[in-house]
Amino acid sequence: MSATPILSLKSVSKHFTGYRALDDVSLDIYPGKVLCLLGDNGAGKSTLIKILSGFHAPTSGTVELNGKAVVFNSPKDASEAGIATVHQFGGTFPLMSIGRSFFVGVEPTKGWGIFKRFNKKLANETAVREMQSLGITRVTDGDRLIGGLSGGERQAAAIARAVHFGANVLILDEPTAALGVKEASHVLRIIMQARNKGVAVVLVTHNVSHALTVGDNFAVLIRGKKADDFAKGQRTREEVTDLMAGGEAMAELEAELATLTGAIPIVE
Amino acid sequence: MSHTTTNSTTAPTKTLAGSITGFARRPEFGALIGALAVYAFFAVAGGAPFLAPGGSASWLNVASELGIIALLVALVMIAGDLDLSVGSVLAGSSMVLAISSGYYGLPTIVGILLAIGFGVGVGVINGILVTRTNLPSFVVTLATNFAVVGLTLGFTRLLVGSTAVSFQADPWAKFLFGELIDGKFETAIIWWVIIALAVGWVLYQSPWGNWIYAIGGDVVSARAAGIPVEKVRISLFAGSGFAAAFVGVLQTCLYNGSQVAMGQSFVFNSIIAVVIGGVLLTGGYGSPIGVILGTLTFAIVNQGIYYTGWNADWASLILGILLLIAVLANNSFRRMALTGGDTKSKGKK
Repeated sequence: MSATPILSLKSVSKHFTGYRALDDVSLDIYPGKVLCLLGDNGAGKSTLIKILSGFHAPTSGTVELNGKAVVFNSPKDASEAGIATVHQFGGTFPLMSIGRSFFVGVEPTKGWGIFKRFNKKLANETAVREMQSLGITRVTDGDRLIGGLSGGERQAAAIARAVHFGANVLILDEPTAALGVKEASHVLRIIMQARNKGVAVVLVTHNVSHALTVGDNFAVLIRGKKADDFAKGQRTREEVTDLMAGGEAMAELEAELATLTGAIPIVE
Repeated sequence: MSHTTTNSTTAPTKTLAGSITGFARRPEFGALIGALAVYAFFAVAGGAPFLAPGGSASWLNVASELGIIALLVALVMIAGDLDLSVGSVLAGSSMVLAISSGYYGLPTIVGILLAIGFGVGVGVINGILVTRTNLPSFVVTLATNFAVVGLTLGFTRLLVGSTAVSFQADPWAKFLFGELIDGKFETAIIWWVIIALAVGWVLYQSPWGNWIYAIGGDVVSARAAGIPVEKVRISLFAGSGFAAAFVGVLQTCLYNGSQVAMGQSFVFNSIIAVVIGGVLLTGGYGSPIGVILGTLTFAIVNQGIYYTGWNADWASLILGILLLIAVLANNSFRRMALTGGDTKSKGKK
């Protein structure tokens, strides 16, 4: 890898009372690349993204932004540094319009003095344009409510918002988990579009095929430790699945399951 | 259906049917139907006296006093809180005005400013308590409602030795706050219009409106988006405190005095008006036009009953049923709003 990472974790650990959620994890995140963070439930993926997005401070180790050590005291610090996090359900204000929720906290205004007012036209047009630039052509009216969008469109709205406000690092927490097959493909396409705009994407998922479709680099977490990291094409699908399941041979488990379901006749 | 990508290239033409379904998706739609329905009902049941200027004045007067409070309580509720202290704030500030300007003879303007300051002060205390303790505003404002009732009663007896104080406002104050236009219409109606315009401006035109909706929708995300959540919530409580105090001033000027027991009906009546007006009890949704319509609905039922010749006891029954219908209807209208885009394609079938 010739480019320099935009965001790095150096031997980061996070201990909560009683257990080690993360243990000595190092990661490099590059602009214009998708890093897939894989792991089973409870492997430490959420803790890791909470450190990246400023919700938690690491117990030990450092976070480096463009090669310089940084400390995020709050999510606000992280977002000011250009790190945006999009959660599973995307837009979080279901009863607000697309245009209004796009600009929450940074409302564009027009006019002067006491006549300064919310520029709804600009807000709606910008929100719709940004969503359309990510290929969501079905959305043409910025007055529609976020809650009326499909799951994939909500993800798109949240990603469009992050990209519009200049996010350099986009953290996506299980963006496809709650989506149907087609919707998930739309979101994967949007992830690739964000990547092609030069954004560094961290994709957290436990769906191996989604990860292998869009990922450039991969890291597998098992019980708080980084079990493996590799670049695209270095591992087969089966190897990745086995790793995620905690190193157990998934093939054996699957064979046993097949026997029980009757897919393979039991040899007496 | 999802392949209708041509939609994006052709500009959406506004048809009559389109704008009707568009309006049906707005939060005030249910409230408009409700207001028109009760007006029509009492126009028939009440006949000419209800439709005469005197009949209109009777419900407009009730609506204007309630409406001023309901509009600012609505902002509190859209941000996801409740304010149950408006009743005692109304009585307390009314008593502040009557005692300072009536009993002690201070200039009317001083009494009015003290009364408004009292209301805003209680609101700020509500806001600080709610944001600092993270207790539900329901409990905090219920507590301040009781506390202020006790405070008002105690101090009034202590200072005046009675529970009613008379007060004669200066002519300018009487003209502005306590005049009956044409012998029937309270000046509160004009104040209601002014305050409605101001609240509409805040909610729809200022960035604050966006913040209020966002805080009511999801307070964690609102904070993450950089909205000064505490400042906004405290200001909104100060706003409902102001409204209650202002109505206290209006009533004191109109009725030439104050009684410690006044105002308590406003606590639940304001919530009823706001909810009939389509504001979501859990916050994040609602409109000032809806609240105005909800207030009118309430006032028409409350006063219309006197023109029917029936016992006025039935008014509460009608209001209770209306409230239930309103909440159910608003739920379905909101579901319609959420399926926003799909009604368009459905309409093309």
